[in-house]
Amino acid sequence: MESTIIKSRNFNASFGTNHVVKNVNIDIPRNKVIAVMGPSGCGKTTYLRCINRMHELIAGATCSGEMTINGENIYQMHPIFVRLKIGMVFQRPNPFPNLSIYDNVIAGYKLNGIKLPKAERDRVVESSLTRVALWNEVKDSLTKKGSFLSGGQQQRLCIARAVAMEPEVLLFDEPTSALDPISTSTVEELFHELKTNYTLIIVTHNMQQAARVSDKTAFFYLGELVEYDETKIMFTNPKDSRTQNYITGRFS
Amino acid sequence: MEIGSVKYRIGKSYGFKALVTVFAFACVVPLLFILFFIVRQGITKINWHFLVNVPKPVGEPGGGIINALVGSIEIIFFSALIAIPIGIMAGIYLSENRRGRLAYWCRLCVDILQGVPSIVIGIVAYFWIVKPEFTIHIGFLRLHKSAGFSAISGSIALAIMMLPIVIRSTEETLKLLPSSLQEAAFALGVPYHRVIFKVIIPVGIGGILSGVMLSIARITGETAPLLFTAFGNPYLSYNIGKPMQSLPLLIFNYATSPYDDWKNLAWGASLILLMWVLLLNISTKLITRKWKVQL
Amino acid sequence: METSVENSGVTRSDLPLRVITSTPGAIAKAQSRVRRSFRQIRTENVFRQTLTIMGLLMVILVLGILLTLIVQSMPSIKALGAKYLWGKTWDPVQDVYGALPFLLGTLASSFLALIISIPFSLAVAIFLGEYFPNGWIPDFLKNTVELIAAVPSVIYGFWGLAVLVPIVRTFETHIGVSAIGQGIFTSSLILAVMVIPYAASLGRSMIQMVPSQLKEAAYGLGATRWEVIRRVVLPYTRSGLFAGILLSLGRALGETMAVTMVIGNTSLMPTNIFAPGNTMASVIANEFTEADKPVYLSALIELGLVLFLVTVVINVIGKKIIDRVTND
Repeated sequence: MESTIIKSRNFNASFGTNHVVKNVNIDIPRNKVIAVMGPSGCGKTTYLRCINRMHELIAGATCSGEMTINGENIYQMHPIFVRLKIGMVFQRPNPFPNLSIYDNVIAGYKLNGIKLPKAERDRVVESSLTRVALWNEVKDSLTKKGSFLSGGQQQRLCIARAVAMEPEVLLFDEPTSALDPISTSTVEELFHELKTNYTLIIVTHNMQQAARVSDKTAFFYLGELVEYDETKIMFTNPKDSRTQNYITGRFS
Repeated sequence: MEIGSVKYRIGKSYGFKALVTVFAFACVVPLLFILFFIVRQGITKINWHFLVNVPKPVGEPGGGIINALVGSIEIIFFSALIAIPIGIMAGIYLSENRRGRLAYWCRLCVDILQGVPSIVIGIVAYFWIVKPEFTIHIGFLRLHKSAGFSAISGSIALAIMMLPIVIRSTEETLKLLPSSLQEAAFALGVPYHRVIFKVIIPVGIGGILSGVMLSIARITGETAPLLFTAFGNPYLSYNIGKPMQSLPLLIFNYATSPYDDWKNLAWGASLILLMWVLLLNISTKLITRKWKVQL
Repeated sequence: METSVENSGVTRSDLPLRVITSTPGAIAKAQSRVRRSFRQIRTENVFRQTLTIMGLLMVILVLGILLTLIVQSMPSIKALGAKYLWGKTWDPVQDVYGALPFLLGTLASSFLALIISIPFSLAVAIFLGEYFPNGWIPDFLKNTVELIAAVPSVIYGFWGLAVLVPIVRTFETHIGVSAIGQGIFTSSLILAVMVIPYAASLGRSMIQMVPSQLKEAAYGLGATRWEVIRRVVLPYTRSGLFAGILLSLGRALGETMAVTMVIGNTSLMPTNIFAPGNTMASVIANEFTEADKPVYLSALIELGLVLFLVTVVINVIGKKIIDRVTND
């Protein structure tokens, strides 16, 4: 197996005439945590949403360039296949309000009409919830709807839902920005566990979070990938002055 | 500013408030009066005999309104069958396409449709369905459609009237749902039609249902579109290809007739129609409250 | 490479990588998942197209209505031309068709109804929007006013025929006009009641939308409640209230059944508001099925066309005003 799972070459993305992601070249290594950081409006979220082809759901959104997973061009596959391999967790926890916790975890199967035998379903639910450290907290309330869960628990439920589909890559769009500090640290602990089985790409505007959880960090500024290196190097000895300015708080 | 003029202004303010209150509650008076009157006139006319017989010819006492009851139910059933799927899908189309040329014109046409007088819709349904006469040859089969009034033409006219209400309420309900709901489903690799049917519609079902019920309540009492489509029928009929009686039509025809027997039937029928419509409206309000979107 | 995977027709890249190193059961599951996805892509496209067709259907429907009305009025338009609109005599037996009696009847009954109903609609709107937005009494009022719109028009007509007409007849005897009871005045009374909810509910929403900072500024300067309403709330909501009145007008113009039952159904030019008459809608309702000549029928349809155009224009203007006000 190659060590790079996702590759971008000369990748651009726009909203109509607004060019927000400019000429990005990046290699994402397998089973690592990659943080993507940058000031608001730098294109990091747009780039993330291009990886699992959520960007094109917006009217007028376009992109160009090469984006591959395991050598295969993402934009030549049908989006549904892409999303089965690349899962996403959003900024605001969004469990389906009309489904129970159990049904939320296997929502990916249910909504696709894939019928698994009960034993298999139970196994998937238990293993996904265990992987996000939620099993013990909810195992007695699986049939209830998730509205009583705290923000952090709801977000972990959403991660379990993504993990249940057995993707290869997990994308996180500012996953803890809507959570309190304790929930944030619980979710951050998960990243470390999850990377044994998945590759994680996390967009965050919180520099300290990027420094805490990631192996490599990418810094985006005004749509361009300015610098991409080992996290330790990025934060102690960045090569580009713009990265230096961002880390030291000259702009945010 | 003198105290005197301030007191005057304050007094004027209270006076205005009293005036507004009086006028506002005065609106309730005619409605209560009408309800009370219909109940009083109609309650004596309704009995088992009334509900299961057809109207008797002029001069013979007694008779009932079963042809109108069955007819109303049948006509409304077919209207709903036609209008609900089309209306919900058009509503989904509009809520998914906020901008765009077709969506703009579609929205405009729905607004126009809502304001078209019901008699105009009746005229159009007459020319589209009642009047045309044609034969279709398929191999050995010869299918002939003859000109004439029919229940189905009435159903189609009423369906046209139901559409704007169903479309608007579907669109408004779905617009309220946060986009994160759809995004979560798409990110799981769910195809578009399943996102709509298994996520969006179930969460918005309360609003959609209330729109459907409101539209049914609206057409239950409509007469004008049926004047030249379903036309009315003194006999009990189940055939949707032939003229059919409906409650409002019966009320109109018999109330404006000079015969007391028929007028009595019209009073009984009015009470039933009124109760039916009020019941539908009240249940709609209850359902909306119970199935409010919980997010 | 796992040969079972290659022979199945599902290519390597379609399967999630880890499945290849796991159990046959998991491989089967992944394969069926992928096969199902292929089928769903086709359904997805069909579904998207169906939605678009439904959207198109609405436009076609409205255009169809307009077209049918125009085509069916053609015989009368060609034969009578523009004189039709100001002809004072409607005598189908003699083949004379003049629509003025109905235009007058429609305008008179609708505008009179508006004039009567506006104070009441406005009162409800101000009461619910400004004085008592919450509580069970206002809820009762709101629901009752909405119920007014829910009552079928035949029932209004029947009640009008049985109750209002005798009352108006007595009134007419007292003031010395010909005492028929049925007439434009009676129909205006019923229309006024029927039309109250439309301006009232729109007016209420408009009044509730007035920003409280504006009102507070006035209160801060020592204004009384009435003065705030008169000088801040009402001017601010002027266009919205006007749109509500337009909506009520549109409803009144198109109302058929209740009007037909109490207006007297006379095709002569009305001489005063107590005279019997006809509106465009009521004459269509009465004479459509009896129109034996093509020109007769198409003259009636032409009335329908005029009615359609007028109500459409009024409603669209009203909705446009509302859109503009709610998007400011």
